[in-house]
Amino acid sequence: MNTLRLAVADGVTITKRNALKIRRAPDLLGGVVMLPIVFVLLFTYVFGSMISLPGMSYGEYLLPGIFVMTIVTSAQITGYTLTQDLQRGIFDRFRTLPMSPSAVLTGQTVSDVIMNFTSIATMAIVGLLVGWRIHSSPFEAALGFLMLLLFAYAFSWVTATVALALRTPEVFNNIATILSFPLVFLSNAFVDSTRLPGPLKPIAEWNPVSTLVQAARELFGNTSPALPVPGAWPLRHAVPVSLLWSVLLLVVFVPLATRLYKRAVSQ
Amino acid sequence: MPDAIVAEGLVKKYGDVAALDGMELTVPEGTVFGLLGPNGAGKTTTVRILTTLLKPDAGRATVAGFDVVRDAHRLRAHIGASGQYAAVDDHLTGAENLEMVGRLYHLGTRSSRQRARELLERFDLADAADRPVRGYSGGMRRRLDLAGALVANPPVLFLDEPTTGLDPRARIGLWDVIAELVAGGTTVLLTTQYLEEADRLADRIAVVDHGRVIALGTADELKDQVGGDRIHLSVTSTANLESAARTLAPLAVGDMQIDAAALQVTIPVAGGAATLTEALGHLAAERITVRDAGLRRPTLDDVFLSLTGHQADENTKETVR
Repeated sequence: MNTLRLAVADGVTITKRNALKIRRAPDLLGGVVMLPIVFVLLFTYVFGSMISLPGMSYGEYLLPGIFVMTIVTSAQITGYTLTQDLQRGIFDRFRTLPMSPSAVLTGQTVSDVIMNFTSIATMAIVGLLVGWRIHSSPFEAALGFLMLLLFAYAFSWVTATVALALRTPEVFNNIATILSFPLVFLSNAFVDSTRLPGPLKPIAEWNPVSTLVQAARELFGNTSPALPVPGAWPLRHAVPVSLLWSVLLLVVFVPLATRLYKRAVSQ
Repeated sequence: MPDAIVAEGLVKKYGDVAALDGMELTVPEGTVFGLLGPNGAGKTTTVRILTTLLKPDAGRATVAGFDVVRDAHRLRAHIGASGQYAAVDDHLTGAENLEMVGRLYHLGTRSSRQRARELLERFDLADAADRPVRGYSGGMRRRLDLAGALVANPPVLFLDEPTTGLDPRARIGLWDVIAELVAGGTTVLLTTQYLEEADRLADRIAVVDHGRVIALGTADELKDQVGGDRIHLSVTSTANLESAARTLAPLAVGDMQIDAAALQVTIPVAGGAATLTEALGHLAAERITVRDAGLRRPTLDDVFLSLTGHQADENTKETVR
């Protein structure tokens, strides 16, 4: 019990450290607050003015997609900070301290949740200002935000794993950009996946990002009966499948990241 | 006096390269032990094993009575480590950095804060305490890193090349800080590639090359291994250089070193100052004009050269740290 208490205390200390870092570093703060604002405004006004959907505004359809895109892209901050810390020897200092070894990664991922909460709250407020509306019950809406945060937390562990495998900030940034673009754009985040051509359609419909976007749309009530109903199984059960994805990612990537962390720091 | 650090037969291999090849160390409590050697000699690997960052492939070591592998977690409450890559957080202030370390030593929030202020004061960082470390100079960062190693008042301290990369003034400042620490009774293991640093700070020095100790003793003992005093002579012309060397040859107890370009000759002698007087008498009798003459002890440079066959500052290949 005492070990667990110390592990939690150490996790809190590391979380505070990372949160302070984000607040102090202009580049990180830009990624957390400025970029999401720019995304919302740009997509709503540029694409929203061109594209029309049957039965609803494109702006409303779009915002859940932007939430998810921001989660995926800002997870890069996790990986970037981890690789930087690896290079700067700060983990060596941590490892000579009598702290809980798990605190480094839990602290990192929990501070990412705080970061994601800030981003999503910013986007929701800006979204509401430019015409996005929640059409569901408060309970469903709350569930929607919680589901986004849970997925963000799980996805942090994925990026942490990639970062700990690659180890240098530059390499990580390149690879993460290459991976995150198709993940976001080969999905229903910005377009109706039922209208995608040939082989792109099944890829987009089974993409976990699509599932999460669909689930968010349903929970925020940003759907229209006039839109075609997607046929793929994960999209028809978007909310439970999204939760399942989050759990699955955690089950696979928490142990994997932990093992890679041990390997990365013991050389 | 019990031993604070004992290492027996430590071996660490990276592929085919042995970073450590039978490293042996014994450091009595309250003393400063210098590990001296070129890059890649195994100094950092030794420190990483003793501070629980690395597991040895063979051999065993205890620090403050704890086995570095079996009791690693408990040992960490009793050591402090400061490395050549100042492990401080750029975006945090000096005070925040130290408070974080204090909390990770589980000192509690209030004591961590108080301890941080004390250390900042002591390391002359009080004025910069609430500024982000990003704006600190190299010397300030090192001092902060060293302060981080002292947060929990550990009885055993590891300093891995604490002054590498610092300008001479910052280096001397840090030396004063370390000397003060040692006066307080802390056991220190210090690695360095600067002979002057080992000479100035360490009670005992182990010269390390290729992952093992090749010589051990106080600075004076090591210097004695190379021989006694040397007469160092500068003359005014090449002709004088030759006759000076010829005249003083009977006094030499080893090989003379003649530097024709600098018009200098170094003669190993026995008998100290009396021999110098005698030598100057012979030179005056031969009417050889001397520009400068002196007696000097061998430096650790001489020790290193004679032990390893290469200069201490020679940059051998950098092995994995």
